[in-house]
Amino acid sequence: MTKKKYTFGLDTFGDLALDEQGNAINYAQALRLVVDEAVLADKLGVDAIALGEHHRDEFAISSPEMVLAAIASKTNNIKLASGVTVLSSDDPVRVFERFSTLDAVSNGRAQVILGRGSFTESFPLFGYNLRDYNELFEEKVELFVELLKEKPVTWQGTTRAALEAADVFPKTESGHLETMIGVGGSPESVIRAARHGLPMMLAIIGGSPERFRPYAELYEQATKEAGTKQHPIGMHSPGYIAETDEEAITEAFPFFKASMDKIGKTRGWTPMSREHFLSEVSHGSMYVGSPETVAQKIAKAMKAVGATRFDIVYGFGVVPIEKRRRTIELYATKVIPRVRKLLGEAK
Amino acid sequence: MAQTIGILGAGKLGITLAELAVKAGYAVMIAGSGDPEKIRLSVTVLAPGAVPTTQNEAIEPADLVVLAIPLRNYKQLPVGALASKLVIDAANYWWETDGDRKDFMPKGMSTSEAIQQFLPESRVVKALSHMSYHDLHDEARAKGANGRKAIAVAGDNETDIAAVSEFIDMLGFDPLPMGTLKNGQKLEPGGSVFGANVDSATLQELLLLPAEQSA
Repeated sequence: MTKKKYTFGLDTFGDLALDEQGNAINYAQALRLVVDEAVLADKLGVDAIALGEHHRDEFAISSPEMVLAAIASKTNNIKLASGVTVLSSDDPVRVFERFSTLDAVSNGRAQVILGRGSFTESFPLFGYNLRDYNELFEEKVELFVELLKEKPVTWQGTTRAALEAADVFPKTESGHLETMIGVGGSPESVIRAARHGLPMMLAIIGGSPERFRPYAELYEQATKEAGTKQHPIGMHSPGYIAETDEEAITEAFPFFKASMDKIGKTRGWTPMSREHFLSEVSHGSMYVGSPETVAQKIAKAMKAVGATRFDIVYGFGVVPIEKRRRTIELYATKVIPRVRKLLGEAK
Repeated sequence: MAQTIGILGAGKLGITLAELAVKAGYAVMIAGSGDPEKIRLSVTVLAPGAVPTTQNEAIEPADLVVLAIPLRNYKQLPVGALASKLVIDAANYWWETDGDRKDFMPKGMSTSEAIQQFLPESRVVKALSHMSYHDLHDEARAKGANGRKAIAVAGDNETDIAAVSEFIDMLGFDPLPMGTLKNGQKLEPGGSVFGANVDSATLQELLLLPAEQSA
């Protein structure tokens, strides 16, 4: 069997963390914190950072590529990803322009992860109707794939103005802007990624990762039928790392619960119980524990899903700044090397 | 007992239920919103054994039809084809994809009551909607297994509740009859058991709690 290369990333939405006095920081501070954390992650050798676009009061990041550009100027190696860019309520031409610009200023480190978004605030905000949820994404991905060829584009659809041999700038240096599609569990999204020949990034935020194995098979089958290239699969899940399992679980539960319950309130689900949290930690999709526990869990999940990239969503909720930093440090210095070893990565 | 299950809706929930029903030994027909070709690959890979087909062909042979559609589309259901059928309403109002509830739901009714009103000749039972699709997938366990989870069943007719309860038991969960379709509101988002992934005794307790909000 040929040995694979693996990629490990950190993801955040720019949550409003707690300062040393226990007060929530403001949006500007939260954005600067993410820049500082990315600089640290780059120094410690983390492969990628992905920033997710949201338009909600608990998250500071609504314009990931602005923050990524700031990070680009202070880092050397780390890949700069959006996770995700809500393409449905954005303009594909502008998204391409912004990320090809990011790619230029970062010496080719930009990655776009396109998604429909699991929140939908962006629809009314930018004047889109949720009833067009599917159609908007489908059509805009199709146009984006045309733009990725970096040749003049002629295109017509119902969700934006037609293009007639439109050339879009800046072109990338490599001729290839790295692009993935974020998939939340809808089989239709898996097939869409395959049909367009794009890699998929699975957002696995609850339940057993093993259940996504068939999605990898679906992706493979769909690429075969479409005659497109089968790319490696990535996954992202939330986590919290401390020196010991007990410390991690005790500290993380209130943070996860507060966030999940806040989101749950608007969606009508019941508050998160400790039992539910513990079951997510033991066999679900919350990577909470000591470095060894989290590394074992990540390695097992990547094997089960067949993923070669894993991104941990760190600092989810109102988490003290030093605890966010500790998760990053332990992830970079202990978890990642250990997972690479467990997976028997090629040197 | 029911032999053939027709599932309307081939998204996350519909496909998960198809997979569980095939494993439980049922003949399963599943339909999306249009051409079966659109769901062929997903069904073949994710719920092997289930047959992707059209809506009417999924309904016709079915002893039991499961609605796993976006709720706001319920008025597009084929009333005639569903007449006399036992229909499980597994759909949820989800503001993010359905939009404003009052745009398509009569006031003061549970969603299942509204569906029953729209399908007057069908026998509607509410079930399989309060547990998330990934919990349904992960938690199905054999009868009598340790830690088996429960699913509440609401309906207006004892025989229909019994038939649906048997189906739920076959899928891998303890059925818990909980009263009328009107009561089914407790199973909806905002109700006291929405999202519940618990055993029968705990579910029973949650059902006694007042709903935080109602439609």
